[in-house]
Amino acid sequence: MLRLNKICAAVVMAASSCAVNGVIAQESVDFELRGYFGAEGRYYAEHAHDPMQSDSQFSVTAEPDLYWQWPDGNNSFTFKPYLRLDSQDSERTHFDIREAMWLHIERDWEMRLGIGKVFWGVTETVHLVDIVNQTDTVEAFDGEEKLGQPMLQLTFLKDWGIVDAFVLPGFRERTFPGKEGRLRGNFVIDTNNAQYESSDKTGHIDFALNWRNTYDDLDISLNWFNGTSREPVLRPEMNPQGGLTGELVPFYPQINQFGAVAQYIYLDWIWKLEAINRAGDKIDDYNAMVGGFEYTFVGVFGSFSDLGIVAEYSWDERGTDASVPAQNDVSLAARVVLNDISSTEILAGWTQDLDYSDSRSLFVEASTRVGDSTKVTLDMWLFNSEDSRDLGYGFSHEDFIQLAVEWYY
Amino acid sequence: MLNRNNLKVWLKSVSLVGALWVANSALAESPEEKGLRIATERKAADKGWGDSIATTKMILRNAHGEESVREMRLKALEVNGDGDKGLTIFDRPRDVAGTAFLNHSHINEPDDQWLYLPALKRVKRIASRNKSGPFMGSEFSYEDLASFEVAKYTYKYLRDEVVNGEKCWVLESIPTDRYSGYTKQIVWIDQSHYRPQKVEFYDRKRSLLKTLTMSDYKLYLDKYWRAHTLSMVNHQTGKSTDLLTTETQFRVGLEERDFEQNALRRAR
Repeated sequence: MLRLNKICAAVVMAASSCAVNGVIAQESVDFELRGYFGAEGRYYAEHAHDPMQSDSQFSVTAEPDLYWQWPDGNNSFTFKPYLRLDSQDSERTHFDIREAMWLHIERDWEMRLGIGKVFWGVTETVHLVDIVNQTDTVEAFDGEEKLGQPMLQLTFLKDWGIVDAFVLPGFRERTFPGKEGRLRGNFVIDTNNAQYESSDKTGHIDFALNWRNTYDDLDISLNWFNGTSREPVLRPEMNPQGGLTGELVPFYPQINQFGAVAQYIYLDWIWKLEAINRAGDKIDDYNAMVGGFEYTFVGVFGSFSDLGIVAEYSWDERGTDASVPAQNDVSLAARVVLNDISSTEILAGWTQDLDYSDSRSLFVEASTRVGDSTKVTLDMWLFNSEDSRDLGYGFSHEDFIQLAVEWYY
Repeated sequence: MLNRNNLKVWLKSVSLVGALWVANSALAESPEEKGLRIATERKAADKGWGDSIATTKMILRNAHGEESVREMRLKALEVNGDGDKGLTIFDRPRDVAGTAFLNHSHINEPDDQWLYLPALKRVKRIASRNKSGPFMGSEFSYEDLASFEVAKYTYKYLRDEVVNGEKCWVLESIPTDRYSGYTKQIVWIDQSHYRPQKVEFYDRKRSLLKTLTMSDYKLYLDKYWRAHTLSMVNHQTGKSTDLLTTETQFRVGLEERDFEQNALRRAR
């Protein structure tokens, strides 16, 4: 009898707590849709090397973001597909699932299962340690856009920091502009015949770990990745007869990478450092780092505008043999934030290669809001390179200006 | 020699002197002491609210009366002995929807601030020594939106005055933070419930910059008053911002972990 009472009480308790949860859930978000449609035009200042290429290209984009939350508030699902249609480059016309992720939250751990994106790092010019997602080069040649990565991510929240453990099945190949596309360098990259060190090819399962913690004004993280390199080695492609096709073919080696990130805040300064060690049977073991600072002047020239200065230096142990252009480069950028109703921002920067003194690039990015929900962005990139051994040489005729409009809903 | 009578007389005179001294010191409470006492009582009157979630709307107006709307949700956690913690999630304008701002405010050192950019899945830490910049292009600065802490100012009681139909103490508050955007604030605090009714902000050139008026006060949990309309007018530019709270819930069960950096990554 006593026992029955206890059970009844437990059932009533459970039911009432469900009812309470139900009431709360009704007030929280069940389904939410947001996203944007975009249109973009790009004009190149110089004629292309290859007659297949053109001096302008237009494209339209769409990225809806659908979000469901379970009534308990501890489970959610996000679906974010992405589409770009390009007038010129069939490789740039592409569809990707940026996110299709189930998130489950517990008190001291979280689980993410599906397709998603993870960002590691602190620097602005080069993202050295950021390795979980593949770069979507056709979207942004500077490496700022990423492809969705299938993953199981477990996050453990501990007193001594946060640990993320990843299982990454399903490798994503890097995108490259096609024959008709610009910003591809002098050689076409044959993405249809990518080669792999692993016999599992795109089926190889990769693993990663990341630990991060904050000690007052210091943020530290350490990470490890083991699996298929996101960065391919580009090799001259051979035809079946053993001759050169004149194109390059990506080869994806197996690598083991350790990364470290530090960020320190002192007054209005933010100091940043990223370093990696990458090793593998098919690549030279090497170290690389990028570091610098960001300093913000609040309310410059007696106005409400902020002026941020970013200075970074990137270094790669392989020197001029490095597979990346930022092997010994210094970058300086200024960001003006007007703090106006339209959220106007202007970022202008300059990168100088210290090994090839004629190799430099200059960029300007400006954005503002028009009306309630339309964002207009103007980008300009100017490249200079005189030395054909420089990785930036292939871009020396690719100066462009780009105007993009995005309607958000 | 002290006999019993003498002792009585002596005790009487001592206690009389003591009483006079106490009375005198109360009368002679300096304007600074009175200002500090009112500020301390104001903070004490609002102690214990715990945590809250609010849905708010900001209406930005330029000098020509053109309007622009911001919508956001604010989660807040009371921290005893230090500044409060706040998480702001933006819903409108739509191009910044999902952007989240986390603030751990402190009394005697710069706040810890982080911004989450959903498109990049990136949490960026912000150097926050200078909080005088505008919040989302509005007439409110980050400083104006921070939690009230007694030690953030030195005080001076000026006078009594009726504002918004309430009898108020008028205090001069001088920020102790040398990176504050203001040289002083004049604050009207009502005598019935210690609620701020009006604040005048003086810029670094010591001229009147902005006036903030609080209205639509509602009582929560029988103790905590919250203004549902905050109107900030900039006298130098003619621009203004109304910060309207459409809904507030207290003690919804938020904890420290809901205000950690990690919580930013799943803010929605």
